[in-house]
Amino acid sequence: MTRYTSVTEVDLREMLAEIGVESVDDLFEEIPAGLRLDRPLALDRGLAEQEVYEELRTLAAANTSTEDELSFLGAGMYDHYVPALVESIIERSEFLTPYTPYQPEISQGGLQAMFEYQTAISELTGLPVSNASVYEGPSAVAAAGYVAKLHNGRGRFVVSRGVHPHSREALATLAHGWGMRVDEAPLSVGATELPALDERVSTVIVQQPNFLGAVEDLEAIARAAHDAGALMICACDPLPLALLRSPGECGADLAVGEGQTLGNRLDFGGPSFGFFAATEELMRRVPGRIAGETRDLDGKRGFVLTLQTREQHIRRERATSNICTAQALNALAGVIYLSWLGRDGIVELAELMIQRTAYAQERLGAIDGVTLLHSRPVVREFGVALDAPVERVVERCREQRINPGYRLGIDYPELADGLLIAITEQRTRADIDRLADVLGAAVAVERRELAGVRE
Amino acid sequence: MSNWFTAAADDGLTIYERSKPGRRAFAAPAMDVPERPLDELLPAALRRAGPPRLPEVSEPEIVRHYNRLSKRNFDLDTGFYPLGSCTMKHNPKLHERVAALPGHAKLHPLQDPARAQGALELMWRLQEALGEIAGLPHVSLQPSAGSHGELAGVLLTRAFHEDRGEVRTKVLTPDTAHGTNPATVTMAGYEVVKVGTDAQGNVDLDDLRAKADDEVACLMLTNPSTLGLFETGIEEIAAIVHGVGATLYYDGANLNAIMGICRPGDMGFDIVHFNLHKSFTQPHGGGGPGAGPIAVSDRIEPYLPRPQVVRCDHAGNGRWTTPARPDGGEAGGRAGRAGEPNFDLDYDRPKSIGRLRGFQGNYGVFVRSYAYIRSLGAAGLREVSEVAVLNANYLLARLRREGVLEYLPAAYERLCMHEFVLSGAPMKRELKIKTLDLAKRLLDHGVHPPTVYFPLIVDEALLIEPTETETKETLDHFSEIVAEVLREARDDPAVALGAPYTTPVRRLDEAAAARRPVLRQRL
Amino acid sequence: MAEADYPEDLLYHPEHDWARVEGDSATFGITWFAQDALGEVVFFEAPQVGASVTKDQPYAEIESVKAVSDVVAPLSGEIVEVNPALSDSPETVNEEPYGAGWLVKVKLSDPAEAESLLSATDYEALLS
Repeated sequence: MTRYTSVTEVDLREMLAEIGVESVDDLFEEIPAGLRLDRPLALDRGLAEQEVYEELRTLAAANTSTEDELSFLGAGMYDHYVPALVESIIERSEFLTPYTPYQPEISQGGLQAMFEYQTAISELTGLPVSNASVYEGPSAVAAAGYVAKLHNGRGRFVVSRGVHPHSREALATLAHGWGMRVDEAPLSVGATELPALDERVSTVIVQQPNFLGAVEDLEAIARAAHDAGALMICACDPLPLALLRSPGECGADLAVGEGQTLGNRLDFGGPSFGFFAATEELMRRVPGRIAGETRDLDGKRGFVLTLQTREQHIRRERATSNICTAQALNALAGVIYLSWLGRDGIVELAELMIQRTAYAQERLGAIDGVTLLHSRPVVREFGVALDAPVERVVERCREQRINPGYRLGIDYPELADGLLIAITEQRTRADIDRLADVLGAAVAVERRELAGVRE
Repeated sequence: MSNWFTAAADDGLTIYERSKPGRRAFAAPAMDVPERPLDELLPAALRRAGPPRLPEVSEPEIVRHYNRLSKRNFDLDTGFYPLGSCTMKHNPKLHERVAALPGHAKLHPLQDPARAQGALELMWRLQEALGEIAGLPHVSLQPSAGSHGELAGVLLTRAFHEDRGEVRTKVLTPDTAHGTNPATVTMAGYEVVKVGTDAQGNVDLDDLRAKADDEVACLMLTNPSTLGLFETGIEEIAAIVHGVGATLYYDGANLNAIMGICRPGDMGFDIVHFNLHKSFTQPHGGGGPGAGPIAVSDRIEPYLPRPQVVRCDHAGNGRWTTPARPDGGEAGGRAGRAGEPNFDLDYDRPKSIGRLRGFQGNYGVFVRSYAYIRSLGAAGLREVSEVAVLNANYLLARLRREGVLEYLPAAYERLCMHEFVLSGAPMKRELKIKTLDLAKRLLDHGVHPPTVYFPLIVDEALLIEPTETETKETLDHFSEIVAEVLREARDDPAVALGAPYTTPVRRLDEAAAARRPVLRQRL
Repeated sequence: MAEADYPEDLLYHPEHDWARVEGDSATFGITWFAQDALGEVVFFEAPQVGASVTKDQPYAEIESVKAVSDVVAPLSGEIVEVNPALSDSPETVNEEPYGAGWLVKVKLSDPAEAESLLSATDYEALLS
């Protein structure tokens, strides 16, 4: 008996007698002898709880987290402050342990939370139809591409190079299976340059702000897409939407993105959640669970999973998506966080970020050997080019326990000298000043070494 | 569902309806940089006209609101949840504690691998363990859920065939398949062909032989099947499928029945997906998060998603080599200390299908699943499956003793594995209540009903999976409850037809919700 | 509609669709059996006016809360009208499957196809 099972010797005797077999082994007699494993699994013996805890602690200690260094890493996930009330609520058994709400009468808590979440996402994105979550950002972009393909049956995607590299890759992986072609629209001085579009294009996909932190002109892009009869998909970062004109207002047909910044931990990349919002016209093609309002027999308001005929458990091979388990608990954290920020709070948070980002741009741009990648408006992230080997500069900063940002050369060969710097409300002015000092010193040293002068 | 905070006391308002202008829970850190005019930083044409209409509430209101909502949910920590196909087993409480350790929880996914060795080692060890359990050595943890793993599996199959210059157009699934299987097939660009089930509840081998040809890319199967029965002809199935050059895919939803007893890799499966939120205790969260890692055979390995977590052992010359690389090549030039393994993310995979999502996958889920496997070990995991199968057979026997099977006979007269299907067709005929009504009446008895109307081939299906973490007393009690509901229906079917009565809401008008969808609050 | 009903003046298709033929035009709908099996209809995915339909082929989808069903054309032709009432009140299909719950009106391309359809009596025999 392990600590999670309860069959005693007495229980076992009674149960076997009730079933009418001699031993537990008899229950497996239908399995052909040749398939039976004739040795134990080659796994270490089971450990006591405290031993497991110790091992997990040792593994944790071998990771440098945002508590161990001053981090300006962003590029899709951000080190925001998650208030304590989020975990106190999502740790509750009633939210943590139930399954998807197939019996709505005993799942009103989860269903109402989904409805509240959908309302918040609709409000941020400016689109009326939001689902209750998908897995995360990049796969949400791919899923949106699938909706476009089902909607107009055209054969091409036009994707901006400013869309997150992981999103572009996930889309390409899936598009291959659909026989769709993916064309890339280049970036020019930080902004998407759309090629001429024709009737073969199913949808245009852009990111707001884009991967280099720049705010794009969504309205112009939407107009160009619609003029060609194509859809416009906007992958967006939710917190900047406190300030930015919403994708819906700009003409986007679908707005999707990574929800990690809304009340979820970094967790080395997951679990988080993806949000997915659409126009009324695309409502019946939206993937995933959707909660809807209704009444019960007594006329009381209640919520149910609705439009289920879109989904795999009913429509099967004709479903709009195969998604079953999504990210309900993480979406719940999202709506709690948004309620915590509130209408004014989210604006204040965004304004703090945009001001500090501007300050950071100013301080870093003033360093010799550091130039801003573009001069487009930014909200919380921006790129710089270094006149020194980026990897070595980063390593010098790491020695000072500062992680200065993401090396753009990893995904953008044309920006091999680039660094992407993210600012959250956790990075104070003092932190930014320290970054400027350390980065400045590192660049200076590396430039001198490059010029052959001994340090 | 009794709770002294009664439904009557609950005002049922949404967070928006509680809002009052000016209330707030958030206090922004001080503006410590010189403030520039917003128009300078972000031209008005790019800005939204007014703030998003999010709630305006204080912290106590948020806490009270969501606490109240939680009390309108039934959950696994509170009661029996025999939802077939979902494996609702206990979620060990240690797991939340270890997942919250800052070294795991506050680790950025783009952290330099040299500074994320704990995370990469954990992932690698989890991969090794899952590979051993499946009997297939090469594992990717990337997919986010079972369906995502299925999609990966079919895309891997496509890459496999394309690499051989073959164009195949169809994927076979049994008519008992979970809906995600055919949905996945379409998403991957293939045509679904259904294979029938014979009178014993096994895949109809004649039908399979007739449909397996060189246009078939893959057969997707689970074993035990969704009927809870072991596919006794699995070796023959594998021979037929491999004989036409197709791959054999294992849907791991039912892995709870066979861990340590037999392995899908040994049965002949090429690709297996795991549901970490089923057999490996990741809490279901009301609909996720989960994770759907995949394990594959040697011939499928080259196509695995990018990046792969690899282990490199120091070769003593300043370079790292990766023993697992099939082409014998070297992994990146990261210097390290002799004798110590190094864990890394390998992006250099020319035949990979690419990415399915961002970063490395649902790491927080890996932490919990890894803790579980370390807690149980080989003997513990085997015991999980033995007790899961014992509990299911015992529950079936008890229901039989209570006379339940007269109205809800087992769909197949065989030993079940970890779950079993009953048919409510006689109950509908004789007692005038349907499986749905039985389920709704069970809500009044404080248990979650089993899965209803799945698998599709059983009329008025009721799919029951107790799992191994339930006590004998719970199973006895459940049998008695079901018997009581049937007795009550014999006297007066109207009671079940109008159930539930004691839940926070009664039966809801789902037709109205679908006809005129209201998907958000009007603000 | 509570009681099973199969009007004599209509022609029936084995996939549970009916046709009311008037000269070289016809009105299509689904039978009492079909709406009963579906449950409460919540959505009718209507085809476009001008689209052609082919005998025995699906031309639309009809949805209830828990099911989706193809609607099969009993005869071939071109759609000239789609029932406008169904977008607001799809449940009309349940209430009056042969009257106000009609689905489409079609200009027939081959009226002789009607000879292969079933009478009410034959259709009812099929059901039992």
